Amino acid sequence: MTDHVATANGRAPTPGTPASLWAGERLRAAARTAFPFLVVGGLWELVARLGIFPPRLFPPLEEVAATFVRLTAEGILPHHAVETVGRLLAGFVLAAVVGVVIGIAMGRSRRAEDIFLPLVSIGAPVPGLAYAPLFLLWFGLGNVGAILLVGFVSAFPVIINSWTGVKAVKEVWVRAAQSMGADDQRLFRKVILPGALPYILTGLRLGLAQAWRILVGVEMLAAVPWGLGWMIFGAREFLNTDVMLAGIVVIGAIGLALEKLVFQRLEQYTVVRWGMMTS
Amino acid sequence: MTAAGARTRSVGRGAVTLLAAAAVYELVARSGVFAAALVPPLPTIAQTLWSMLLDGTMLNHAFYTVYRMVVGLGLAVVVGLPLGILMARFRAVEQFFLPLVSVLMPIPSLAWVPIFILWFGLGDTTTILVVFYAATFPMVLNAWTGVRSVNPLWLRAAGAMGAKGQDLFWKVIVPGASPFIITGVRQAFLRSFVAVVGAEIIAASAWGLGWVIFDAKEFLNADVMLASLAVIGVIGFAFERLVFGTLERATILRWGMVRAAKN
Repeated sequence: MTDHVATANGRAPTPGTPASLWAGERLRAAARTAFPFLVVGGLWELVARLGIFPPRLFPPLEEVAATFVRLTAEGILPHHAVETVGRLLAGFVLAAVVGVVIGIAMGRSRRAEDIFLPLVSIGAPVPGLAYAPLFLLWFGLGNVGAILLVGFVSAFPVIINSWTGVKAVKEVWVRAAQSMGADDQRLFRKVILPGALPYILTGLRLGLAQAWRILVGVEMLAAVPWGLGWMIFGAREFLNTDVMLAGIVVIGAIGLALEKLVFQRLEQYTVVRWGMMTS
Repeated sequence: MTAAGARTRSVGRGAVTLLAAAAVYELVARSGVFAAALVPPLPTIAQTLWSMLLDGTMLNHAFYTVYRMVVGLGLAVVVGLPLGILMARFRAVEQFFLPLVSVLMPIPSLAWVPIFILWFGLGDTTTILVVFYAATFPMVLNAWTGVRSVNPLWLRAAGAMGAKGQDLFWKVIVPGASPFIITGVRQAFLRSFVAVVGAEIIAASAWGLGWVIFDAKEFLNADVMLASLAVIGVIGFAFERLVFGTLERATILRWGMVRAAKN
């Protein structure tokens, strides 16, 4: 995701370019980015207006926009969104803490590796939502089951990457630090942890993405009272396609924000700054 | 200790772990702390699995799941691969599709399930389209990245030796991009596996492993659920190891592309 968008609208101006030219260039880039959306929006509008499909199922865009504004003004959409994000964070924090601890333990101790690796290799390839009915059966409908499931599923990439990261720390660094008299704790904090961090961050990133992909589905199944997935699923009963599309817009916005604001920032501030990875 | 010795010991310990986990599960199941319907003992699960395999229902469910996944994945490859290659070769195509891809990609495929149900009804069409949505983006992005990262030196060398158009494309660009393309198919497969099970659970369509798991919940048949989970795990494992492992060995490993790609 990082570089694609950069190539689309961030054609970096050469240092000597005058400011006015730069502004023109940026305007043109913005227009280029907007163009495909105008085309798709126009096609949508055309199909909706022609009445090929019943308007209830294929509403024109202004109806979706009106619904979006109405639901936002009434506070319904923000409430759903906040609950969804809260659940995402709760599940992800659970996965991050447990996953990093298990992963590092697996990387550091042979015994932990032997114990956890078979379990992880069996659990990881099963699609997350397949566990959903089991979790709902065991932990009941609602928040507990949903959050535990999201945490469980997103823990796998975190574990696997933390484990790989610790194992990938260069042996030379460890020996150099040891010969300079670093004790176990210093070795861990100053050498192994920073060395493994690019992998751990990749794992967290994958974990969050995984949590996000499954959460919407989980909300549809877990009968939670609020949440975007539940809102979309519930709207189906009343053929409220406009509500569903408004919900998808918010889901897309949250997903994009996670990508742009969380992942890319996180990378910039840590591994790229330390020179562990080129941006 | 020799490497082989260490390996056998690891395998041994792994087996011990799994046996211990099974024993703990069995103990919990037998202790009667939880209802037997919720935590069935392992022999019950094995028996259920066996009888479902014998009367053919499990194979039928598995067939539907694999069928939907393969059709959706196939569509995604047919659409995503050319699109990604075109995006890499033509600036105009890139400028048109890249913003759309960047905006659509962060939307989880499962969010579309309720809308697709309204548009296409319950059943195969909806499930296949959800799989298609999930699998297309990794395909497009990897093909796009792959073609752009073909070593320019190879292009110039082939050009200097007189390769043009067709030849350049099929003999240089496609093999050069193949590590990325195969990674793309792999990622697309993982996404579509998640999507197919999820879509089957939500769009309940009478057959399919996702559907049977969800249906079993209504009747508290935890044994059926766990048996289906086992089958899902086996299918995932088989695809990952057999299909993609073979594919990799027959193409990029044989061509020596993987080592070249890592440099």
